[in-house]
Amino acid sequence: MKRRNFVKKTSLGSLAGILGLEIVFAAKIPENYTPLGLQDPDPFQMFNKDKAMVVLNSKPWNMEAVAHLLDDRITPNKYMFIRNNGLVPENINVNEWTITFDGESVKEKKTFTLEELKSKFTHHTYQLTIECGGNGRSEFDPPAKGNQWTVGAVGCATWTGVRLKDVLKEVGVKDDAVYIGYHAADLHLSRDPNKEPISRGVPISKAMMEETLLAFKMNGEDIPLVHGYPLRLVCGGWPASTSGKWVNRISVRNIVHDGEKMTGTSYKVPCHPVAPGEDVKEEDMCIIESMPVKSLITYPKSGAVIPKGKKLNIRGHAWAGELEISKVSYSIDFGATWSNCILEKPANRLAWQHFKASIDFPKTGYYEVWARATDSNGVSQPMLLPGWNPKGYLNNACHRIAVKVS
Amino acid sequence: MSKQNNFRKQVKSFYSILVVAFVMVLLIGVLGVTYMMDPSAFSSKKDTPNSEVVNVTPDNDDWDKIENGIHLRTGFKDGEGLMTVVNNCTNCHSAQLVIQNRMNEERWIETIRWMQKTQNLWDLGENEKVIVNYLVTNYPPKSKGRREALTNIEWYPLEE
Repeated sequence: MKRRNFVKKTSLGSLAGILGLEIVFAAKIPENYTPLGLQDPDPFQMFNKDKAMVVLNSKPWNMEAVAHLLDDRITPNKYMFIRNNGLVPENINVNEWTITFDGESVKEKKTFTLEELKSKFTHHTYQLTIECGGNGRSEFDPPAKGNQWTVGAVGCATWTGVRLKDVLKEVGVKDDAVYIGYHAADLHLSRDPNKEPISRGVPISKAMMEETLLAFKMNGEDIPLVHGYPLRLVCGGWPASTSGKWVNRISVRNIVHDGEKMTGTSYKVPCHPVAPGEDVKEEDMCIIESMPVKSLITYPKSGAVIPKGKKLNIRGHAWAGELEISKVSYSIDFGATWSNCILEKPANRLAWQHFKASIDFPKTGYYEVWARATDSNGVSQPMLLPGWNPKGYLNNACHRIAVKVS
Repeated sequence: MSKQNNFRKQVKSFYSILVVAFVMVLLIGVLGVTYMMDPSAFSSKKDTPNSEVVNVTPDNDDWDKIENGIHLRTGFKDGEGLMTVVNNCTNCHSAQLVIQNRMNEERWIETIRWMQKTQNLWDLGENEKVIVNYLVTNYPPKSKGRREALTNIEWYPLEE
């Protein structure tokens, strides 16, 4: 309490000092409010997040959900994970926002204002699953570098926007186009204006899919600032880093896009399986495309105690990148036997699917309920960690919750 | 002659206005800063319960306070090289990014090289040894195997 007060006061003072100006109406700043530009702000208040969300990093902001927070069929903003590579852009003027299409493979460089984008092209709305490529990283051994995500860097919100393919058609794309790469308004952590925090993209085939959107709405409202306001590229089913936030330029490339975090080892896994901890050369690393099959038990929260003779109702979601889920099973005996869950069809392609089951327990004791999803190619989630990779991506091991029958 | 006198008079009066204005700005400034630092300074009630909070002295001890072996401002573990790490590793990113990672010497150095190559990290010179030593001592890798047991389960009665 003492320290917080002191920190707040000195930082207010030093901000005024650094900027060489006084904070107008400083006396009117509500007691619990810290101006956005200061260190140590309350991220839950600033981003409208639930207090139960977990902050992994405050600079850049990275925050994830806990499994039971993701119980909604459509993820509301308060439970949507945040993965930032740089600093959230400051002073966005939505009236002057434009998006430029350039690169080797556009017929002509073209710029649209946000208004033009909204008025010229048909709007489409889809539920799209977005999962961070590093979701589950914390479980890898040897540990992998980066934010130590557990299970909550995933969400399925409703996104509204225009189809990227409609805009690309208007711009004119040459036959030699192989990739698109986005550029955005966020700032590099070093505040070096010549550096981009992240500039990734997708092959032209993914860019041309119906569900690939230039979105301006999330769950029916303006996209929250931290999730990409006013314009975000949304590529459902692919690593969330391909869904660029604050997008102001898209380059249509005749090579695989070589922007920041497309090269080196970022968002890449070994092209061939390697032993845990093995050194992998850069040229032996391949770009992650569609995310693997995965599921999450979102109800009940792990740790439920139920009386003997009572059924336990579980539910959750399952998703499989570009594919559909064909089956979700559960096990209460560590995989010795499996039973099928009731599985719903997706609301649209690339939306996560809901499952539920009602479970009987034979006797009192400690149980774990494990869920395992299978995709339309017949590929299931592993119970153990999948293949180790240097950067700790794509951990799609089965999720489980602890249950006690007393 | 009178023209010259007149001019001198004007300069004089302008000068005195300037002095008065300067003093006033200074006074308002000092009062303003005092108020910002301590809004209760102008309140007549001297025995407000908050007065204890207001009296905190801004010294360095408090800013870099260590409690139960943790550097409060950053969350880093106290140890040899702590301040070198704080001063070199929390300018661009938060301490949390370091704390949540576990690496051996080789991989911490590799990470530093990557930041120098791509993220504008400066040459650490003699400090590099101090930093790497702090990191491997306080944040070494821990073996987790192929799948860990569920831990820290918070049991609760499920009401339906």
